[in-house]
Amino acid sequence: MFSLESLAHNIDLGLNNIFPPTVALLSEMVIIGVGVIALFAVLGLVLVFMERKVSAYMQIRKGPNRVGYQGFAQTAADTLKLVLKEGLTPDGADKFLFNLAPFIVMIVAMLLMAPIAFTKGFQIWDINIGVLYISAISSLSVIGILMAGWASNNKYSLIGAMRSGAQIVSYELSAGLAILAMVVLTGSLQISEIVASQQNGWWIFKGHIPAVISFIIFIIAVTAETNRAPFDMAEAESELTAGFHTEYSGMRFAFFFLAEYVNIFIVCAIGATLYFGGWMPFHVGTWEAFNHVMDFIPGVVWFFGKTFGLIFLIMWFRWTFPRLRIDQLLNLEWTYLLPISMFNLLLMTIIAINGWYF
Amino acid sequence: MFIVDYIKDVYNGVTSLLKGMRLTGYYFVHPKEIITQEYPEVKQVLPERFKGEVVMRHNENNEHRCTGCTACELACPNATIKIVTKFDITPDGKKKKALDVFVYHLELCTMCNLCIVACPTDAIKMAQTFEHSVYDRTELTKVLNKPGSKLMDGVE
Amino acid sequence: MIEEVGTTTEGDLIINVGPQHPSTHGVLHLVITLNGETVKKVEPHLGYIHRSIEKMCESLSYRQFIYVTSRMDYLSSHINNQGCALVVEKGLQIEVPERGKVIRVLMAELTRIASHLLWWGAMGMDIGAFTPFFHAFREREAINDIMEETCGARLTMNYVVPGGVMADIHPNFQKKVNEFIKLLKSKIDEYYILLTGNIILQERLKGVGVISAEDAINFGCSGPVVRACGVKSDIRKIAPYDGYEKVKFDEVFETAGDSFARYMVRMNEIRQSLSIVEQLIDNIPEGEFQAKTKAVLKLPKGEFYSRVETARGEFGVYIISEGGLTPYRIKFRSPGFSNLAALHHMVKGSKIADMVATMGTLDLVIPDIDR
Repeated sequence: MFSLESLAHNIDLGLNNIFPPTVALLSEMVIIGVGVIALFAVLGLVLVFMERKVSAYMQIRKGPNRVGYQGFAQTAADTLKLVLKEGLTPDGADKFLFNLAPFIVMIVAMLLMAPIAFTKGFQIWDINIGVLYISAISSLSVIGILMAGWASNNKYSLIGAMRSGAQIVSYELSAGLAILAMVVLTGSLQISEIVASQQNGWWIFKGHIPAVISFIIFIIAVTAETNRAPFDMAEAESELTAGFHTEYSGMRFAFFFLAEYVNIFIVCAIGATLYFGGWMPFHVGTWEAFNHVMDFIPGVVWFFGKTFGLIFLIMWFRWTFPRLRIDQLLNLEWTYLLPISMFNLLLMTIIAINGWYF
Repeated sequence: MFIVDYIKDVYNGVTSLLKGMRLTGYYFVHPKEIITQEYPEVKQVLPERFKGEVVMRHNENNEHRCTGCTACELACPNATIKIVTKFDITPDGKKKKALDVFVYHLELCTMCNLCIVACPTDAIKMAQTFEHSVYDRTELTKVLNKPGSKLMDGVE
Repeated sequence: MIEEVGTTTEGDLIINVGPQHPSTHGVLHLVITLNGETVKKVEPHLGYIHRSIEKMCESLSYRQFIYVTSRMDYLSSHINNQGCALVVEKGLQIEVPERGKVIRVLMAELTRIASHLLWWGAMGMDIGAFTPFFHAFREREAINDIMEETCGARLTMNYVVPGGVMADIHPNFQKKVNEFIKLLKSKIDEYYILLTGNIILQERLKGVGVISAEDAINFGCSGPVVRACGVKSDIRKIAPYDGYEKVKFDEVFETAGDSFARYMVRMNEIRQSLSIVEQLIDNIPEGEFQAKTKAVLKLPKGEFYSRVETARGEFGVYIISEGGLTPYRIKFRSPGFSNLAALHHMVKGSKIADMVATMGTLDLVIPDIDR
């Protein structure tokens, strides 16, 4: 049977047969680089289209339905428009940093792709501190945002960037603690092992209430970390026009836009991996027959299904709730989420030590 | 109790949010509730009173009812209507004031309906058209009486 | 003194909010002084869409000037027209027939509901909820369709003439309004679920943009802004016009004076207006819809004033007549102008986001402020 694992394995073997190991490694890196960029483009198109359709249906509208079949080519047309537009650099801006910022944001998003397991054995880099790596790298994107806000020489951008800085630094904490709770349960930081430990059921079901609380905190924290409504302080359309990317136009604006959607995909992929078993099919304890049926659905389908489910949840938040104020946002983190997640971590530790999970 | 209030706060907050999500979720899974009208394909039939633009009634013999009395021109708040009159020679040899050109500036019109109300002979009416966009604004200046049209018999 | 461009000597940022800005609902220009996130000063700059309507009206006859006022507060254009017609009727001692009065009141209340619905959606946008806008427009569209059928236009209806209304109601009018009452009653609870009950909205609006009753009166605020402080100010109750004394409705009050109080006053006013429409729709008296008037109206020499309650507050028309065909001088007292004047007082010391939310609950319509 065709599987992505064997495909990756065969490419690796083939390259090593033809070339010396160093060249083989380098050519693999190039293939992966191209693959990631292609994935970025596809994700950007799909997620933007999805967001527009989800928002449209929630707002009793039809959404884009003119370009292509049911409007599928709408985002491609929009991208084309953005490419053709002039990329303005404001006169008073710090030109180097202004031009650098979108690339920093994109590079961070690309780095985050590394440890994500798309299916069994199909992973760019199965690093043994995968979860820690993600926590560490994801906080770097704030540098790009701060850079963009500062270098634009625009007060709206500056306020947006500062808000974003305060927000991401705060929400890192509870996102980290929520992830830590799952690490305690799993006993490993490696993504592949975390997935393997959910062989007989996903953690959200096996881990009792603490896992559910941890999941809720995680989803709130990552919504805030990716600057999505209701936590889109950095953009805050009605207050700061467009926040940190007010001065960006053309393709550089598209990079920010794309990075936002790719970041959503990545955090949702992490959420799916930690709480819903990544590519692991839906297994229930010892029901062999049932588990066997579930195994027929390929891991990639499970992985993308779960991830897009979580992305839908985040979009659902965006199109339902009003935006918080910046002080309320920080208040929510420091007086509600952080104490709850600390208490939750304690509870989870007790459960893990005593082995009270399934 | 502090802790009870705290938990109550969290509970009430979360339920209010979930209720909102249930509502938007309901609309998401019920595409029948969509109210979008797909305009160029589906055109709404506008009610007969809709004020789209001023037109002049003409019958099948290319006759209108306008006597050129300028009541509409006087009633108009924006100088939208300009009436140019001429003198016709009636069969019995008398000079009679009659309409030459009825100029209507659609670009100035606010569709207030005052001209229609003011018209003593019911010569003009509001049309239900609404697609008025043009590339050149001079196209919005219209002559309402058709070429070669003349006054209907019996209208004074 | 300004040290650096856009900065005060204390190092505070000076930011131009507007004239093109998503939350100003038009071309309002606010120059705000910011200390970090805190607003220190708000200075509205007006004049971007000044069309000198008052001056224009001086050259228009008493029939014509009514229709220009539709372009002031375009969301309650019918009520503006009504105010202007009232002052002409007062000057000429025209008695409007009962049917005309009832039709006017019905249309005015429908306009008020439409205006409040649009405000509700736009305020949701201001505080970052995008969905309510479309949900509000669904019901507003039903009102617009009713208006279109009877008055011939959706927004600037031009339905009022001195002495009554321009045309009789459309045969479908009563049926459609009854359908609309049913529709709005079924949807009005959704508004509560979607926005009013939402914890984020309550946190955003409660205790924000507070103004005391005394200050509100001193600033000349009117309408929901002053009723949110518990001040009796509804013109429909204080000085009833066009038969408002015959319908039963409650003047809506709140006491807190903050943004949430203003929000709740408007939300409850939708229900009150709906109850007025419900009382009148099946009891439209028979008879003439328009009083017989002379072809040319000439107000006698003197000064005339009348006031109406628009969706935003008290709208007054003041005419000085020299006895000619056109008014000698005309002055409109628009509610938005005074309400905007209180903005600095309301938001001084709060956050930028609060300023936007407060502006949302003031329900500013810029052409109304800047005539």
